[in-house]
Amino acid sequence: MARRSTKPRELRRQPLFTWVSWCVLGVLYAPIAVLILFSFNDNRAVMSWTEFSLRWYGAALENEGIRNAAVVSFKVAAIATTAATIIATMAALATSRGPGYPGRSAAIALINQPLMIPEIVTAVATLAFFSILRQVTGWTGLGWLILAHTVFCIPFAYMPIRARLADMPDTFEIAAADLYATPWQCFRHVTLPLLMPGVLAGAMLAFVVSLDDVIITLMIAGPGETTLPIYILGQIRRGVTPEVNAVSTILIAITVLMIAAMFTLQKKRP
Amino acid sequence: MAAPGDIPQAGPALQRAQRDRARRRKRMRWGLLAPALVVIGIFGLAPLSIALVYSFLEPGTYGGVTWAFSPEAYVQFLFQRDIFDDTLGFNGAYLRIFGRSFGLALITMVGTLVLGFPVAYFIAARPEQQRNLWLFAVTLPFWTNLLIRTYSMMLIVRDEGFLNGALIWAGVINRPLSIIYTDGAVLLGLVYSYLPFMILPIYASLEKFDFRLLEAAHDLYASRVQMMRHVALPLTRPGIVAGCALVLIPALGAYITPELLGGGKKLMIGNMIALQFGSGRNWPFGSAAALILMSIVLIALLVSLRSGAKPEARHG
Repeated sequence: MARRSTKPRELRRQPLFTWVSWCVLGVLYAPIAVLILFSFNDNRAVMSWTEFSLRWYGAALENEGIRNAAVVSFKVAAIATTAATIIATMAALATSRGPGYPGRSAAIALINQPLMIPEIVTAVATLAFFSILRQVTGWTGLGWLILAHTVFCIPFAYMPIRARLADMPDTFEIAAADLYATPWQCFRHVTLPLLMPGVLAGAMLAFVVSLDDVIITLMIAGPGETTLPIYILGQIRRGVTPEVNAVSTILIAITVLMIAAMFTLQKKRP
Repeated sequence: MAAPGDIPQAGPALQRAQRDRARRRKRMRWGLLAPALVVIGIFGLAPLSIALVYSFLEPGTYGGVTWAFSPEAYVQFLFQRDIFDDTLGFNGAYLRIFGRSFGLALITMVGTLVLGFPVAYFIAARPEQQRNLWLFAVTLPFWTNLLIRTYSMMLIVRDEGFLNGALIWAGVINRPLSIIYTDGAVLLGLVYSYLPFMILPIYASLEKFDFRLLEAAHDLYASRVQMMRHVALPLTRPGIVAGCALVLIPALGAYITPELLGGGKKLMIGNMIALQFGSGRNWPFGSAAALILMSIVLIALLVSLRSGAKPEARHG
């Protein structure tokens, strides 16, 4: 009996595939590991290890350019995430609850539109559009960048929220409606609490995507609107400095924390 | 939901109440959808129309456009105007850039497939509790900043980088290989960047795969290779097609990877477009190139949707 029960497992195994998988995992993480390791290196010559030190983190925190870029990055990401998450939650409620209706798949396609077009195309088209709007309205400032970020954050926030809604039975909402809850009360006290893990996951995804964006920001950002990735890109073009390793490591750490939190949230079944 | 309105003896008052309710629902639904549709409709679609208009205008001297109709941007794509006698001569430079980008994107697609399928299969064949961990491990780099990942790849393949250091230390070579700023480096960077895009959809297909089919194949004397070739591969076709599209599309429009690992000298379409809006100061030509790229991508997407849907239709 024991022999028989192990047989299927044996058949599934493809020794070569196992080997490839471990190598791929190694290759995926090795460059990042090297980057993180050398951000703690005391030496200015980036590639020879001398001694553990937090010196470049100190230098990065004291660097005016990096501090300003961090402020811009977080401001843009926070506002764009909030706006995108609210908009995406509303859209998810309208596209996942109740029976189907004409126009639903078209609406979903439109919401996902920013994902289907190469980023560089979106970037230059938005630049062209905004240059007209900037001229017509005379408005300048961070608003344009935040707006552009909101647009591409919406589909990223929308995905996990919609997935969560699809997994949520609507029995509680029906029960609440039977007990004379108004649609708002029903949303506020029943749907939203149940949906919260999805909303948080969507918000985190949107935040990470906004924080990491390079191409669209590069095209649209005006003077003084340098975000962290744009700052890093500028430094890399000028030649590698150890501060860049430190800033990159901090950004990686933020992303890892957010994505790990998102994974745990999504695993909670409704 | 079984509507009580379906019952034949329902009175007119009930019917009216139901109609009211349906109307209210409809209003609420579109009210909820409105912000998303308006924001993406205006700031996602309108820019593309503006780009279309721009592509038929004349470039302004300091960037931007001059409002005068001109098909020059599309002509310039294939021909070069002689500055002395204004005759058109064929110019393959931009076609070559498109060709190069296609070549690199296709090789990237094949490379990620060859590496991605085994990984997706391996993960799907793991016991359930290990699967989530592996998925997390594969997804994490995908969310990590693309710029930072490309930069970390630069640290590896630079002349004085990690790879050359390791090879010299191992005695395989005695002078550093020049890897960075070659097509090979760009390719390596592209595969590295987009591998998770291939693994995830294939895994999604394999997750539903019934591994008992392999037992059946085994009982019919299939070898391990035949089991993959004739059972697992055909049944994961939707995942493979989706993965190929997800890799091909961003690889075609890649900007950061060729910029950093190709040294900005070996252009891909993405860099060429960005250049037109920067120092090239030819917005109409940049718009035209962007629209051509977008059309190619949308065609690829449609083809993949159609060929990805086929096997499901056959089984369902």
